[in-house]
Amino acid sequence: MARAVTTQRKLAFTIIAWTVGLTLFFPVLWTILTSFKTEGEAIATPPTFFFFDWTLENYVEVQERSNYLRHAMNSVVISVGSTLLGLLVAIPAAWSMAFSPTKRTKDILMWMLSTKMLPAVGVLMPIYLMCQWLGLLDSLVALVAILMLMNLPIIVWMLYTYFKEIPGDILEAARMDGASLGKEIIYVLTPMAVPGIASTLLLNIILAWNEAFWTLNLTASKAAPLTAFIASYSSPEGLFWAKLSAASTLAIAPILVMGWFSQKQLVRGLTFGAVK
Amino acid sequence: MATKQTQVTAKIMMSPAVLMLLAWMIVPLGMTLYFSFLRYNLLMPGMEEFTGFGNYEFFLTDPAFLEALGNTLLLVGGVLLATVIGGTFLAILIDQPIWGRGIVRLLVIAPFFVMPTVSALVWKNMLMHPVNGLFAWITRGLGAEPVDWLADLPLFSITVIVAWGWLPFATLIILTALQSLDSEQKEAAEMDGAGPISIFWFITLPHLSRALTVVTLIETIFLLSVFAEIYVTTGGGPGTASTNLPFLIYIQALLQYDAGTASAGGVVAIILANIVAIFLIRMIGKNLET
Repeated sequence: MARAVTTQRKLAFTIIAWTVGLTLFFPVLWTILTSFKTEGEAIATPPTFFFFDWTLENYVEVQERSNYLRHAMNSVVISVGSTLLGLLVAIPAAWSMAFSPTKRTKDILMWMLSTKMLPAVGVLMPIYLMCQWLGLLDSLVALVAILMLMNLPIIVWMLYTYFKEIPGDILEAARMDGASLGKEIIYVLTPMAVPGIASTLLLNIILAWNEAFWTLNLTASKAAPLTAFIASYSSPEGLFWAKLSAASTLAIAPILVMGWFSQKQLVRGLTFGAVK
Repeated sequence: MATKQTQVTAKIMMSPAVLMLLAWMIVPLGMTLYFSFLRYNLLMPGMEEFTGFGNYEFFLTDPAFLEALGNTLLLVGGVLLATVIGGTFLAILIDQPIWGRGIVRLLVIAPFFVMPTVSALVWKNMLMHPVNGLFAWITRGLGAEPVDWLADLPLFSITVIVAWGWLPFATLIILTALQSLDSEQKEAAEMDGAGPISIFWFITLPHLSRALTVVTLIETIFLLSVFAEIYVTTGGGPGTASTNLPFLIYIQALLQYDAGTASAGGVVAIILANIVAIFLIRMIGKNLET
């Protein structure tokens, strides 16, 4: 008897949860579906849901008309480049803070965090002018540097919380067994640090890929990543919904997959370890 | 315990990150402060002169400022309300024993990974368009007159779009906190005859208070800087109906080339964000000690 009630309850909650989940996901699903329609079908009323002539022409045309791949490459260079550079600087810093903490380590960490709180718009003017003076408007170099600095506090923090979990005793044990510093790093520390570094890499690529303040304000066409390229569809003459959908689908698909893989790290990275 | 040598090594390892962030903070901040006291228009180079608090006076007495400030607070408040309440319900829903929980979770968190320009344009065109949008089709189906969302309710529409993107964030964090709740406590309360509402009110909610605070503070920091969603949908309009503080500063800076006023506005935005940041940093700092 009790069992029947729980199954019923489970069924009820399952139906509610799936309804809510599908509703929230609907805009994404709708974008994907529309990307396979013709322009005429995309704006048709009543809308067609699954039974339309599926076509790939939008994907072909987005590439031919606006060189989609170039903007995608810009996105890749900016997000991966800024994250890798950030890791290069952050790994030693987080490492030393986690393994040889001093009285000031906590203050430094908090200060780094506080730089993240600076609203971008507060420094729009100087950054824009500096780029102009250096001839770096609409260039990838400027964006890689800016996004790297923007995400550096998050990278240091995430790495710090991961490194903190590596037990220091293991290092001592390796040292007692006569391991040199080089061996210690290669055989003992790296295997334990790699998962943390990988999650940090993933989350920060996602954040940089979707960044839409500096990418919109500092690029025009040459260095425009996907965020800025998609924004160009906002002009009234750019109302091609099927093409917009195709471009959007390509822009969000890789990051959606990466995001799904990194959901756990997301919480940790974005709350600076305050919620685990 | 640490020897002198390791301390020196630690300092060297830390210095690139510290120096870079220091430069990233001080140089632009100093320049913003400096510009904010200058009459400085990018179209008239070489005409800069000191104006004291002139730019601040101009920016703060502009009627658009008060409206932008109001819009900023409404946007932040609206999105917070929707995501914190919605996120709590969603998290509790997903935490129930259901079939396909993993998939539901994936569906719910997906919006967070959609870049702001994509989500804004998809909502603006395919959902909220007054003629061909899906909402218009539904309203007509219900026999009502379609709403021109972004023209008639611009700030509300932008709030909806932004809230859609941030709901997963709130849900995910609340869910993480929820899963660390001791189930024995709940069972004990159930045995004592507590109903689901009193369990939620007296056990679940207090347990979530920390996560809810973190969600509120972090979202506030990000929501104070909403930009792309406004940029591609309404452009701040009609009039200034959906202009928030970042967008107002952007207009001063890159559309009117008034570097002085834009910088004064930037300083105002920084002060506003810092009020929130102080609370957040204190909370995270406390957590670091334990």
